[in-house]
Amino acid sequence: MGMTLAEKILAAHAGLEEVHPGQFVEVVVDVVLSNDITAPIAIREFEELGVERVFDPQRVVMVADHFAPNKDIKSAAQCLQVRQFARAQGLPHHFDVGRMGIEHVLLPEQGLVLPGDVVVGADSHTCTYGALGAFATGMGSTDIAVAMATGRVWMRVPETMRIIYHGELQPWVGGKDLILYTIGRIGVSGALYQAMEFAGPAVEGLSMAGRFTMANMAIEAGAKAGLFAVDEVTRAYVDGRATRPYRVYQADADAACAQVIEIDVSQIEPQVAFPHLPENTRPVSQANGLPIDQVVIGSCTNGRLEDLRVAAQVLRGRRVHPDVRCIIIPGSQQVYLDALREGLVEVFIEAGAAVSTPTCGPCLGGHMGVLAAGERAVSTTNRNFRGRMGHPESEVYLAGPAVAAASAVAGRIVHPCDL
Amino acid sequence: MTIEGVVWKYGDNVDTDVIIPARYLNVSTAEELARHCMEDIDPGFAGTVQPGDVVVAGENFGCGSSREHAPLALKGAGVSCVVARSFARIFYRNAINVGLPILECPAAVEGTESGHHLEIDLAAGRIRNLTTGRVYQAEPYPPFMMAIIEAGGLVPYTRRRLEVEKRET
Repeated sequence: MGMTLAEKILAAHAGLEEVHPGQFVEVVVDVVLSNDITAPIAIREFEELGVERVFDPQRVVMVADHFAPNKDIKSAAQCLQVRQFARAQGLPHHFDVGRMGIEHVLLPEQGLVLPGDVVVGADSHTCTYGALGAFATGMGSTDIAVAMATGRVWMRVPETMRIIYHGELQPWVGGKDLILYTIGRIGVSGALYQAMEFAGPAVEGLSMAGRFTMANMAIEAGAKAGLFAVDEVTRAYVDGRATRPYRVYQADADAACAQVIEIDVSQIEPQVAFPHLPENTRPVSQANGLPIDQVVIGSCTNGRLEDLRVAAQVLRGRRVHPDVRCIIIPGSQQVYLDALREGLVEVFIEAGAAVSTPTCGPCLGGHMGVLAAGERAVSTTNRNFRGRMGHPESEVYLAGPAVAAASAVAGRIVHPCDL
Repeated sequence: MTIEGVVWKYGDNVDTDVIIPARYLNVSTAEELARHCMEDIDPGFAGTVQPGDVVVAGENFGCGSSREHAPLALKGAGVSCVVARSFARIFYRNAINVGLPILECPAAVEGTESGHHLEIDLAAGRIRNLTTGRVYQAEPYPPFMMAIIEAGGLVPYTRRRLEVEKRET
């Protein structure tokens, strides 16, 4: 019996000829990631292990992005702790304010995560790198501490759920809409413990940005990873960025999947996930023009240049509705600079939007756009749990950048075609 | 090890943002986190939960963020065990790693309400509802994970392994 892409990568990293779902294996990791809120616990546990040095300073990446630039004194202390650890360990890939980005936008952009890698991160959206044909998964700080010390982690080999997308995308429909639609169909625990493998002509036509968006939200269906096969689009993205050689793995033709789902994308409208779960998705036409108070465009899900281009396409020559605060956050310094050079930042500011330095800030109710009781936001982020973006009685509606930008202009949730 | 405590019951998809809201992630000790545990779905929880109490929940408990602060907050609040129909993957690992006992047992979830008293034999995976008299058997841990639990969590487990490896080289 052949192996799936996830199984191929795990077998190679476990030093085994083959692995099968349900098997416990120990794998060597290529990159270990943590951020300003998860690294402090990882550092504490690392010190508890009694190990003096990380296994390989080149492979241990730390990014200050969640509550950075420091949102308060306690966050400042956490960022400082991470900075001091990174200096003491001589970590070349510690990214601080001014040189950073939202981790899952930044690492691929910097060529630090590559096809065929096993990447573990103390952040649930580590699964984003599956878009590169890597096996990448989120873990807690203690697992990350052990990985920092030993360069190894234990894993249960997941079953694979293959999702095949056919058909032509409608206008304004992108990766975000496809993944929201998929989660709406299978539910927030629909892929629990499994690896999702995204395939088919409709997703092969997506840019890397769209693929990152889809892989990013695999966790919102409970998945351990979300993978794409490597193709010319992947190679074009990686070549010129890769900081080291990489290896491409391919699924066997006879690989066994726990489930295969076929989706015809031609009937999919832009999607909106209603509170308080990402599975509560509806076509935007059924959002009933709900009035909104805030729009956030950015995050590890939709903070890439292509996302900002879509937002600018909608906002160019228009004004953000007087009742709406529109906050746009480029996902990295590079994305910010590129957006500036392309004139996108000018479009946003002229439209009446705020443009911020990269940060996860508002996505998790940290800073830079926290909601009051009763407020409603449309956000291109990944979670709309109760209280996610602020007060427990606030509401988050998840959407792609096109619907978010259009809603900012209309002051209510609308399809970009209805402006 | 036997646990006895009063049940706090919740529904499906209890996410880590409600177990410990992100606005409190600027601290990382179990004691500090415990003060805000479950605040957004049950503001009375943190103030009244007693050491030994048991959280019982539906499917996909602990979904969302990878924050280890979630099992730490529950542990800091004195929760002795979480019994659920199923757990989100990262939460499951984190709980094992930090030494918060968790059991998967849909039947026990079905037969238990808030305020019931449970007696749990962790090693045997047996859950006795002292209020109703019913007994339930939880899914056993895979042997690999049992070794981590027996060592007292992932850090002591790894420390021991590293010592052995050092001696062998």
